[in-house]
Amino acid sequence: MTAVTVGSGPAPVSGALTDQAPGACAADAAESECLVRIRGLRFSHGPRVIFDDVDLDIRRGSVTAVMGPSGTGKTTLLKLISGQLRPDAGTIEVDGEPVHALRQSALFELRRRMGMLFQSGALLTDLSVFDNVAYPLREHLRLSPPVVRKLVLLKLEAVGLRGARDLMPNELSGGMARRVALARAIALDPMMILYDEPFTGQDPISMGVLVSLIRQLNDASRLTSIVVSHDVRETASIADYIYVISNGRVMAAGTPATIAAERSEWVRQFMDGLPDGPVHFHYPAPDLAADLLTRGVG
Amino acid sequence: MAKQRSIEVLVGAFMAAALVALFFLAMKVSNLGTSPAADGYRVTARFANAGSLKVRAPVSMAGVRVGRVEAIRFDKKTYEAVVTMRIENGVDTIPEDTFANIFTAGLLGEQYVGLEPGGSEDFVRDGDELTQTQSALILEQMIGQFLFSKAEEGGK
Amino acid sequence: MAFKALRRGARAVANAVLDPVAELGRSGLKALAGLGRAHLLLLHILAGSAEVLWRPRLLLAQVFNVGVLSVLIVAVSGLFVGMVLALQGFYVLSQFGAEESLGVMVAASLVRELGPVVTALLVAGRAGSALTAEIGLMKATEQLAGLEMMAVDPVRRILTPRFYGGLIAMPLLVALFSAVGVLGGYFVGVGLLGVDDGAFWSQMQSKVDFREDVVNGVIKGLVFGVVVTWIALFQGHDSTPTSAGVSRATTRAVVHAALAVLALDFVLTALMFGN
Repeated sequence: MTAVTVGSGPAPVSGALTDQAPGACAADAAESECLVRIRGLRFSHGPRVIFDDVDLDIRRGSVTAVMGPSGTGKTTLLKLISGQLRPDAGTIEVDGEPVHALRQSALFELRRRMGMLFQSGALLTDLSVFDNVAYPLREHLRLSPPVVRKLVLLKLEAVGLRGARDLMPNELSGGMARRVALARAIALDPMMILYDEPFTGQDPISMGVLVSLIRQLNDASRLTSIVVSHDVRETASIADYIYVISNGRVMAAGTPATIAAERSEWVRQFMDGLPDGPVHFHYPAPDLAADLLTRGVG
Repeated sequence: MAKQRSIEVLVGAFMAAALVALFFLAMKVSNLGTSPAADGYRVTARFANAGSLKVRAPVSMAGVRVGRVEAIRFDKKTYEAVVTMRIENGVDTIPEDTFANIFTAGLLGEQYVGLEPGGSEDFVRDGDELTQTQSALILEQMIGQFLFSKAEEGGK
Repeated sequence: MAFKALRRGARAVANAVLDPVAELGRSGLKALAGLGRAHLLLLHILAGSAEVLWRPRLLLAQVFNVGVLSVLIVAVSGLFVGMVLALQGFYVLSQFGAEESLGVMVAASLVRELGPVVTALLVAGRAGSALTAEIGLMKATEQLAGLEMMAVDPVRRILTPRFYGGLIAMPLLVALFSAVGVLGGYFVGVGLLGVDDGAFWSQMQSKVDFREDVVNGVIKGLVFGVVVTWIALFQGHDSTPTSAGVSRATTRAVVHAALAVLALDFVLTALMFGN
């Protein structure tokens, strides 16, 4: 059963909410079952501690959502997994390889098997849609132009933008740019795609398109997807497993169903989007009533 | 691809233009065009004092440049400056008794060799030496001489 | 009590003295760290040199960006600088009756100094600022991070071709500037002011040495090309990825490049023409 309903939102997505949720890998889980394994992750940015002893697992073939309020370091987590940042302590293993300790060449080797969808799309602005998608193919594989063309058109077809191949990135809407970036991210047929806030600032239609695309791509190409987002409903509708993080810790973890049944006040506030709860906006503050009273004097 | 082609063409044109500019600088602006091994014949002259005459200074006759100074060296036996000049081939009627002066162009101008033709019927040939010379005027010497003569006048 | 107050006062005085010293030290360390990052970036850029050779198209596009797009401004500036030099030079030289030396004056100052320096300043303003803004925006819009995620080294793929583009274009622009400047001087000196045509060129040819003057000027252009593009690329790559950060970086790139060119020009002049 699902407490987090899709409602009147995007079109229903195939195979989204399953009750036999693939949870976190057990400590003794087979190596192959677990694609990403994070243990004791500690990371701080200047004086600010972003992650404090975080354990996190991503199972192969699943769509895992990482949710949390703004500024909790969700994007930082993706950068740590992809090796763009190095942790202060702890281990991050992707497909059995310790990302935090890899040399650049080995890291680049690993990244060819990863795709990442940036918030802005991060398309190269001086190349057309076609050339953007062809870019990783031309960089890494020695393919003949006709083969590149076929592959690019197939990838563009998968995101429904084959007709837009000659447009320049500045002619695309935000949703289209993200879909092109998605086509580029899957160009090398990666084993895993990292989505950084894929739904932010999208109109309902493009949001629905993206939501279903993520799920479809994941199932059709046997990918593993990590979706970082604070759009609770959309993300929960396609996720197999959800991590809720805040203040550098994992606040809750489980299938959408277990998260929906979670009793913790904080998680309830976040998942249901309640204006009041344990969190008064995003900053810790003294008791509101007391604050108002002292102000009232002045 | 049309864009790529036009970039190629424009970069090519740019490089060609820059090379033309460099060629212009080499041949027309600087001395590469007037190479020292130019044709002409050599004539030497001995001066008691070459002043601040420089290599490549003009050699002129009646105010027209007929050649250039090719080398200036010091003769350690006679304590003279030996100036080698290269005269253009077309100017082949310089009398043997031509007088060679070191002049100064303007008050602060550079020094050059001025040739004043003599009356001889024989012309100089390659390797000949002009024997009649007058040294460069040294400003300090002139002033010194002038003051000296004034003092002598005053003494009388 | 009095002793305590005295001690507090002494500490306050000491702090008042030491604070500016600490501030100075802090900014010095910051500048040093920036210099270190700039040199590391240069090494990183140079490490990609080989790749540029087998991707000549990337290089070509950058020679276009820095070189071809700067031709007009460089040529027009050269023309006017040459014309002004002739005008001013004529005024001074005619007082000594040495108008014939006008060609020498115009050519020597263009080829030795003004050609390389003014071209470098123009390129810093036109192409350098564009480079910084481009790299800064690519960083701000996550394009560089995107490349990195595609397992492509953005420094080697994006920065190295731009570096070599500037390096190749600059000496060529310098030659162009000097040549056009001499022509501008010729038009004004001979055409307008009536200096003798033959004297103008012959004096120039007798005094301007190809190796000593022209080649040294072009070498200056090469060095300035390295410095201007390097500073522009570093400022872009080191910028804070926000619109304010990129605009600050662009300003800094132009200012630093201009200062570096002028200071370096003194050093190079002393080395080349010192004795």
